[in-house]
Amino acid sequence: MTVTLLHRPGLARIRTARAPLQLLCLGFVALVVLAALLAPWLAPEDPNAVDLGNALAGPSAEHLLGVDASGRDTLSRLVTGARTSLLGPLGVVAFSTLAGVAIGVTAAWRGGWLDSVLSRSTELVFAFPGMLLAILIVSVYGEGLLAPVIALAIAYLPYVSRLTRSLVLAERTRPYVEAYQVQGHSGLQICLRHVIPGIAPVVLAQSTINFGYALIDLAGLSFLGLGVPALTPDWGRMVFDGQSAIQHGYPLSAILPCAAIVLTVVAFNVVGERWADQVARRDR
Amino acid sequence: MTTLAIQAYRLHLPNTARPVLAGVDLTVEARETVALVGESGSGKSLTSRSALGLLPTGAGTEGTVRVNGDDVLTMTGDQLRALRTGTAAMIFQDPRAAINPLRRLGDFLTEGLNGRLAAGAATERAAEMLDAVGLPASVLGRYPGQLSGGMLQRVMIAGALMGDPALILADEPTTALDVSSQAEVVALLDDLQERFGTALLFVTHDLGLAAAISDRVYVMYAGRIVETGPAEALFNRPRHPYTAALLASTPRPDAPGGRLAAIEGRPPSLREALTGCPFAPRCPLATFLCTQQEPALLAVEAESARRAACHHSDRTGANDG
Amino acid sequence: MRKTVLEAVGLHRAYGGVQAVDQVSFTLAEGGALGIVGESGSGKTTTARIVVGLERADAGRVLVHGQDRTEHRRGRAHRLARARQVQMVFQDPYLSLDPRTTVEAVLRETLRLHFPGADHPRRIAELLDQVGLGPREAGALPRQLSGGQRQRVAIARALAVEPAVLVLDEAVAALDVSVQAQILNLLADIREQTGIGYLFITHDLGVVRCVTEDVIVMRQGRIVESGRTAEVLAAPQHPYTRLLLDSVPRPGWDPKAIAVARRSM
Repeated sequence: MTVTLLHRPGLARIRTARAPLQLLCLGFVALVVLAALLAPWLAPEDPNAVDLGNALAGPSAEHLLGVDASGRDTLSRLVTGARTSLLGPLGVVAFSTLAGVAIGVTAAWRGGWLDSVLSRSTELVFAFPGMLLAILIVSVYGEGLLAPVIALAIAYLPYVSRLTRSLVLAERTRPYVEAYQVQGHSGLQICLRHVIPGIAPVVLAQSTINFGYALIDLAGLSFLGLGVPALTPDWGRMVFDGQSAIQHGYPLSAILPCAAIVLTVVAFNVVGERWADQVARRDR
Repeated sequence: MTTLAIQAYRLHLPNTARPVLAGVDLTVEARETVALVGESGSGKSLTSRSALGLLPTGAGTEGTVRVNGDDVLTMTGDQLRALRTGTAAMIFQDPRAAINPLRRLGDFLTEGLNGRLAAGAATERAAEMLDAVGLPASVLGRYPGQLSGGMLQRVMIAGALMGDPALILADEPTTALDVSSQAEVVALLDDLQERFGTALLFVTHDLGLAAAISDRVYVMYAGRIVETGPAEALFNRPRHPYTAALLASTPRPDAPGGRLAAIEGRPPSLREALTGCPFAPRCPLATFLCTQQEPALLAVEAESARRAACHHSDRTGANDG
Repeated sequence: MRKTVLEAVGLHRAYGGVQAVDQVSFTLAEGGALGIVGESGSGKTTTARIVVGLERADAGRVLVHGQDRTEHRRGRAHRLARARQVQMVFQDPYLSLDPRTTVEAVLRETLRLHFPGADHPRRIAELLDQVGLGPREAGALPRQLSGGQRQRVAIARALAVEPAVLVLDEAVAALDVSVQAQILNLLADIREQTGIGYLFITHDLGVVRCVTEDVIVMRQGRIVESGRTAEVLAAPQHPYTRLLLDSVPRPGWDPKAIAVARRSM
């Protein structure tokens, strides 16, 4: 007979103590997503409207968060920049999750030589730094969001496919999968209806965490001047543009996008981790 | 002195509507084999684990659980450790799950003696105990994965003997084994008990096995002892309807075959409070009295060694043949 | 003599150098019940898995109604036909059901696959009734059910396919004694009603006595004894069968003698 522990007072207390942080993060994620969705209506001014006379002005009633070196309103650029800054990682995560799950499930389910081929070739990507791959692709295809997104998606794919593969391998050995086989269901049906829904929460939680990393990587690429075209508002690009302003003693236009990046990444990681925790607890 | 004496022992867990153990009285004398029989959820494992102070988190207890006269429930951490490495030992159901697969079996055996014996002496004792369970000393250098289930269970028994315990608690030690290796493990336990004079509490769901190996049997249902007595008498003429039903529903190779006398329904869940006899809803003898008043565990007629918690124990067994 | 529904001919299966199943042949009469008894490593489970099709035999054939089901032809029609020949109930009802699928959904899924266009709600109610479950359990997830109830669901799921043969692999071993008896009685009732054939894999001679008519005893991949269950258990011919019988604990049982007999074999 096993005794299930229904209630662990010690841990429960820690969890409630941590809850405000999670709520805060969830709120922040919601805020950023809303800002990105409603940017055209929220931004007080055209993010690319240049007002050189006012360059590097501090916060004022007219420009709530000040103006950058080219005289563009920082708040408007931040809000509009949320779009590219979120859209990029979203593309990375969507592509890497879909392809990674497909490859991971196929490798684990079919096994044999197909598993070897798929696993080895994704591990090959592991051996190659993701940023380097992205820089390579961007330098071949030139500016634009698509090239770095695809590059990073490929770089992130092995993380998802490896996780998926190990999860499916574990799920596969469960007798219920055999039971469906005996019932006459095809492998594809069993995977789509039972195995993938079973592992989805764990994979999605991992993808949420990947989202944060992808955001940092893309911002880094923008900072290097790769990826996003020069005029498009983007947080990484804003940090790059604000560099010289910092040297002149006007840090605000660079620090704000930095803070936006850091907070968004932290918020996504916290939300993702919590999700993963909850999933793990439910499965127990 | 009684080796294990459990008195009026009650155990509560959070989020349950009734106590998991509701007043358990049980004794095991030195050199005695006592079987504790019940189905899953009856509380038999909790009872035996309590003798080592292994309580689930959040558990509240009343009553006493004495091992060699000392109350386990009031022991400090150090005392508990001393109890577990010395006075009392436990043999678990699944040796594969209970032994760390990544450590050599020699490490498993000597671990509890660290600090009490020099390393050389501990290894010597481990080899001696392996010999006692019929295994060569070379097993010390092997890993759990290299042994069969039956052999691994002997290692577990050797491990239980390392601290020279006064009491061995065996929690379904043969359930994970084949029938013929079950006999071997039982024979071994029997033999060792004679040699070392330990008391043995054997927890099992198999009434046949309990009757075959033990001097006395306790039958548990819904957290209480419903019947106790000498093994053979209890097996031949059960005085509690639950014991009788359990015997009748066990398929036997020497039975005529065909349908079994199954007990309808299932044991009460922990989420429902109980009034009256916990077995009443499934009992063929139940009357209005049974649903109102919980029967006490009383001596059956003149036989002082036999007790049953049933309002109708005089009618039980008679219609059973 | 009744017609034969299931026939295994000369099954072989080796893992590495070990013969897990060696020259195993048996027949199961229509509506009959055959027990395969043995300890771990006897090859009984591998035999069952070959019959079901979860494992391939190195040699030998499995015939259902005279049709060979061991040659694996691809395609949906063949897959479904194979499923309708043999169904299986697994040992552990805690693992053999998808934890995310409700009882009703499990059955509906199977019915949709095998009988598209039929009246599924009526059939689901019928199947649940047949295994002693009510509409209350229909909407439940496996974790909300007890072990016995889950095994009833597993049986209903197998019956939904309307197979000719049901393989029960230690199907009651994980259950409590009182629940085990209920399930064994249920299985006896179902066989009476439907005329389905049982292949009952177990280590428990009591269970074999209770539900089967014929039995084969396996040891180290080979059949050591076979015959009518009542006769084999009453007068075992092979020493291994005798050892198994003696190993069943009862008052006056002598474990030491069994241990000696086991070592001498």
